[in-house]
Amino acid sequence: MTLNKVLSLAALVGAVFLAGPVMAESSQAPLKDVHWSFEGPFGHYDQEQLQRGYKVYREVCSSCHAMNQVAFRNLGDPGGPFFDPKYPNSNDNPKVKSIAADYKVSDIDGDSGDVIKRPATSADYFPSPYANSAAAAAANGGAIPPDMSLLVKAREGGAAYIYSVVTGDGTAPPAGATIPPGKYYDPYKSGDMSANFHGDPSKMPVGGLIAMPPPLADNKVAFDDGTKSTINQEARDVAAFMQWAADPKMEERKQTGLAVMIFLVLFSGLLYASYRRIWRDVGH
Amino acid sequence: MSHPSTYEPKTGIERWLDSRLPIVRFSADILSFPTPRNLNYWYTFGGILSFCLVVQIVTGIVLAMHYDPSGTGAFLSVERGIMRDVNYGWLIRGIHANGASMFFVAVYLHILRGIYYGSYKAPREVLWLLGCVIYVLMMATAFMGYVLPWGQMSFWGAKVITNLIGALPLVGKPITTLLWGGFSVDDPTLNRFFSLHYLLPFVIAAVVALHVWALHVPGNNNPTGVNVKSDTDTVAFHPYYTVKDGFAITLFMIMFAVFVFYLPDALGKADNAIPANPLVTPAHIVPEWYLLPFYAILRAIPDKLIGVLALGGSIGMLFALPWIDRSHVKSMRYRPTARMYFFIWIVAVAFLGWCGSQEPDGKLIPGLESFNLIDYPINSVTWLSRFSALYYFGYFVIVFFLGLYEKPLPVPDSLYTPVLKPSAVAAPAE
Ligand code: HEC
Ligand code: HEM
Repeated sequence: MTLNKVLSLAALVGAVFLAGPVMAESSQAPLKDVHWSFEGPFGHYDQEQLQRGYKVYREVCSSCHAMNQVAFRNLGDPGGPFFDPKYPNSNDNPKVKSIAADYKVSDIDGDSGDVIKRPATSADYFPSPYANSAAAAAANGGAIPPDMSLLVKAREGGAAYIYSVVTGDGTAPPAGATIPPGKYYDPYKSGDMSANFHGDPSKMPVGGLIAMPPPLADNKVAFDDGTKSTINQEARDVAAFMQWAADPKMEERKQTGLAVMIFLVLFSGLLYASYRRIWRDVGH
Repeated sequence: MSHPSTYEPKTGIERWLDSRLPIVRFSADILSFPTPRNLNYWYTFGGILSFCLVVQIVTGIVLAMHYDPSGTGAFLSVERGIMRDVNYGWLIRGIHANGASMFFVAVYLHILRGIYYGSYKAPREVLWLLGCVIYVLMMATAFMGYVLPWGQMSFWGAKVITNLIGALPLVGKPITTLLWGGFSVDDPTLNRFFSLHYLLPFVIAAVVALHVWALHVPGNNNPTGVNVKSDTDTVAFHPYYTVKDGFAITLFMIMFAVFVFYLPDALGKADNAIPANPLVTPAHIVPEWYLLPFYAILRAIPDKLIGVLALGGSIGMLFALPWIDRSHVKSMRYRPTARMYFFIWIVAVAFLGWCGSQEPDGKLIPGLESFNLIDYPINSVTWLSRFSALYYFGYFVIVFFLGLYEKPLPVPDSLYTPVLKPSAVAAPAE
C-alpha cells in the first residue's frame, strides 16, 4: 500500500533526525579516536594504566586541579588504581596510607581550637590546591581549573575529549588567528574563534581558546613500570585515571548488570512459557 | 466494582472480616475482573506504569535518606555521597534517574494506545481525564526531581521553566515568587522543590487509584473498540492478564536494565555533572527528552505569553479529545483516514521533539540560504517547529471533522469474532 510506504518513509526521516547529533554554534575538531579498556559491557579498568594516570595527576595536574569527591581510600577500592585483595578495607592499604600521608589537610586542633595542617589519612578527601575559587582564578589568569572528580562526565565525549584537549592544548595557532596572552589555541576545545580570527571567514579555524598552559610534554613523568612517557601516553593514562575518578563503580556496575541480565532473560523465558500454557486453550 | 462479586468467604475469620472490612473480597474481585480476551501487548503498559510508579517511590525514598536539599550540599550529597560513598547508591540513583525516562516511555505508549483504540470515548471520559491529570503531575514531578541534583542543567532548567510562569498576566509574578521562595532560583527554591517532589508521587498514586476505579466501572476497552457483549468475550484478569502483564514487565525491565547498568548517563546531560553556578550560563539549555516537544512549541512562537498558552493548549488538547472526536467508531483499525492523520501526528511530535533539542536558528538543510520570515529563516529549526506545531493543533481540527464526515470500515459484531479460531470455540476456562 502506498500510504503505508509514505508513512514508513516519514517515520524513517523522523528517526534519522532524532538520531542526528545536536547542532551547536561552537565548533570543535573531531575527537581523537582512542581505544579504552573500559569500553563495552565487559570493559574493566587497566590497573597499571590507572597507576600511571594517578602519577600524572599527582605530579602535574594536582597543582591546579582539585578532585574533592575522591577520598584517598577510594584509590584502594576494587577497580581502583591501588586495589590490593589483601586489604579488603582500603583504609588499611599501606600504599593508600602512604599516598595520603604525603598530603596536608586542614583541621582544628582539639586542644587549642587553632586551625592546623596535619598529614591526611586514608579517610580524607583529596584537598584542593587553592584555598578558594577566587585564589584559583587569581593564580590562573581569571580561569578556574575545574574539579577533576567528575570532569569526564561533565564533557561531551568523555575520556576521549580529555585526551584530545590535553594533547591539542597549545597547538600552533592557524594563520590569521591572534591568541591573547595567557590563552592557548586548542582545536578540540569546543569554542568559537570568530573574535580572534582575522582571515577569510570561510576558513574559520575550529576549536577555541583555553586558559590552561599545555600541561604535558614528553618525559614529563617517569613511569614506575618503565612505560615510555610520551605525551600521548601520559595524556591517555591520565584520561583513563579521570574516567575511573568519575565512575569508580563501573566494574561493580557492569558485573551486577551481567547477573541481572541473565536473571531477567531466564525469568522472562519462564513467564513466556507460563503465558503460552495458561492461554493455550483460549482464543484471543 | 461493577461486576457481580464471586467471592465466597471460606473460613470463619474471612466471614468475620467480610462483614466488617471486605478487603479480601475487594482484592478477589480485582483479580477475577472480567477482561476482554483480545487485549494485545499495547494493553500491558498500564501494568508497566504501575510498576514504574512503585519503582520511583521506593528508590526515591531511599535517595531522600541520603540527600541534602541545600545549595551548598545538594550536588555533593548526590555525586559524592550517593554515587560513591553509599553502598549501592549508584544503583539506586541509576534506577531512579533512568526510571523517570522509562516511566515516560511507557506513559507515551500508553497514551498513544488510548488514542489509537479510542479508549477516551464514552463511557471512559473520566478514566481518560484522570489519565491526563496523572500525565501532568508526572511532568511536574519529573521537572522538580531534575532540579534536585543541583547541577548546571538543574539550575538553569529551573530558571527557564519557572520564568515561563512569570509570563502569565497578573498571577505570573506572584506564583514565580512563591515557587522561588524569593526573587531568584536559590536555596529556598531547592527546598520547596524537594518537598513537592516527595509529595507529588503520592498524589499520583492516589489519582492512579481513581484511574483504576474509573477503569473498573466500564471495564477495559479493547483493540476492536467493540463493547463486551457476553461472558465468552472476557477472561478473568488473573491468571490471564497477570501472566501477560508480568511477561511484558520483564521485557520492559530488560530494556530498563540496559540503561541502568550499561548506559547510565546516556539520557542525561554532561552539563549536569557541573555544579550549579548562577554566574555561568550553559551554552545550550535543553530540558529532558520527554519535555522537548512542548519546549519546541513554546519556542516556535515569538511572543512569550502566547507561547506559554500554546504549550498549555497542546496538553489541553488531550484533555478535550473525548469531546473533539465525535466518531462513534472507537478503534482506528476501522478508521483508515483517521489512522493516517494520527500517524502523521506522531511524526509531527517526533519532529517537535527533535526541534526542541536544537538551536532555534540551526539550519535544516546545511548550506542552503533562505529568507527570513517572522524572525527566523525558512530553512531553520524554528520553522520546522512552527509547521509541526501547526499540524499538532490542526490534527485535532481534522479529528473533529473526520468524526462528522469520515466513512469507517465495517466494524465486527463482537470483539471476539475476528480472532475466533474454529478450534478454539470452547468457552475459556473459568
Ligand atoms: C597551571 C595550572 C594547570 C595545570 C598544571 C593543569 N591544568 Fe587543566 N586547566 C587549568 C585551567 C586554568 C583550566 C581552565 C581553562 C579554561 O577555562 O579555559 C583547565 C582546564 C582543564 C580541562 C577542561 C577543558 C574544558 O573543556 O573546559 C581539562 C580536561 C584539563 N584542564 C585537564 C588537565 C590535565 C589532565 C592536567 C594534568 C595533565 C591539567 N589539566 C593540568 C589549569 C591547569
Ligand atoms: C502513573 C501513570 C499511569 C498509571 C500507573 C496507569 C495505570 C493504568 C492501568 C493499570 C490501566 C489498565 C491496563 C491498561 O489498559 O493498560 C490503565 C488504563 C488506562 N489508562 Fe492509564 N495509567 C497511567 C497514566 C495514564 C495516562 C497519562 C493516560 C492518558 C492520558 C491514561 C489513560 C488510560 C486509559 C484511557 C486506560 C483504559 C485503556 C483501555 O481500556 O483501553 N493512563 N492505566
